[in-house]
Amino acid sequence: MTRNLENVPLPSQTVGPFFHLGCTDQHCVGSLLTDKTKGDRITLKICVLDGEGGAVPDAMIEIWQADAEGKYAHPDDPQSVAADPAFKGFGRMATNDHGCCTFETIRPGPVPANDGGKQAGHFNISVFARGILKRLATRAYFAGDPALNHDPVLVTVPVERQNTLLLQNSPAQAAEWYFEVYLCGEKETVFFDV
Amino acid sequence: MLRSPRKPLIHLPHTLSEVTGPVFGPDDVGPTDGDMTRQGQGEPLGERIIVSGRVLDDSGRPVPHTLIEIWQANAAGRYRHDRDNHPAPLDPNFHGAGRLLTDADGNYSFTTVKPGAYPWKNHANAWRPAHIHFSLFGPAFATRLVTQMYFPGDPLFAYDPIFQSIPDERARERLIASFDLGTTKQEWALSYRFNIVLRGQEATPFEGVR
Repeated sequence: MTRNLENVPLPSQTVGPFFHLGCTDQHCVGSLLTDKTKGDRITLKICVLDGEGGAVPDAMIEIWQADAEGKYAHPDDPQSVAADPAFKGFGRMATNDHGCCTFETIRPGPVPANDGGKQAGHFNISVFARGILKRLATRAYFAGDPALNHDPVLVTVPVERQNTLLLQNSPAQAAEWYFEVYLCGEKETVFFDV
Repeated sequence: MLRSPRKPLIHLPHTLSEVTGPVFGPDDVGPTDGDMTRQGQGEPLGERIIVSGRVLDDSGRPVPHTLIEIWQANAAGRYRHDRDNHPAPLDPNFHGAGRLLTDADGNYSFTTVKPGAYPWKNHANAWRPAHIHFSLFGPAFATRLVTQMYFPGDPLFAYDPIFQSIPDERARERLIASFDLGTTKQEWALSYRFNIVLRGQEATPFEGVR
């Protein structure tokens, strides 16, 4: 007999302080690009902050995104358009002493929604860290994107918290986008039950 | 610690973004990644063990060709990591990290040494039970799981706030591997079984998409 014959998902446990050993020392992915990747190049800087606004220097961030056409590099994406063969859509980094990490990627295209419409282009983000029992899942959308008004996920978020899911940039550096993840406190980021 | 969200999670009915996820393959796994006793110049010190099991979804279906990442302390309870200052010896022949893919039936197996208990400063005289960290992707963003595997009969379970952070006793017990004489290799290594159930994907909700 082995345990776990019942099909109940295993509980999550914290990633702990030493995940670098198995996950990011040898297998971090900071650039999702090759020379052949299609789409608008952007820099995505993500910073993780605790409830007092302090940097979280031992977090792991993963991103999952569609390609420039809104297609995921995954066999279950039913769209007839071919996925960009030069884009896998996955990035992973550990935060630095300032609680931040930076990805080089492309701006994801709009993704099909369940109602036949489109979701606004977005990143699916996982946050892991010592002191967090279970992966935190959030999304990051592009501030100013006209499609935000019709995004079927964003509309389920209370209006006063929607801005926690927005990437910001400055007109001077239009290709550099910045996302702050507040784990708790007044500015707590919206996290999803997926 | 001020790291736990206080507000309730917002339910997200699965979309294409949640039912897809990163895909890994044989190119992502090196030849000694599944045998942590063969990553140095010689054999690491400690008790050689085999850990094997099966990865299933919550309908009982195997999860094939999915990436598993593992990391752990050495036999003395020391991690090869800058931030571990436990005064126990590092082992030059033990790196403490592995990765492997499940086979077509969801089976996996790796060889390592049994990790030692590990002291941490969470409270006075705090020791982690011997454990191996597991990271699994499964087929989708929604199936991502990071957890820890424990060994049967560890006397530290009752004192470990991380193990005890799971309120349900039966759920906690599912993180404890079982000793398995059947897969033990004679005059070579004891063997433990650790089956992993990932949450399932919700039914694909976008059949009209083309």
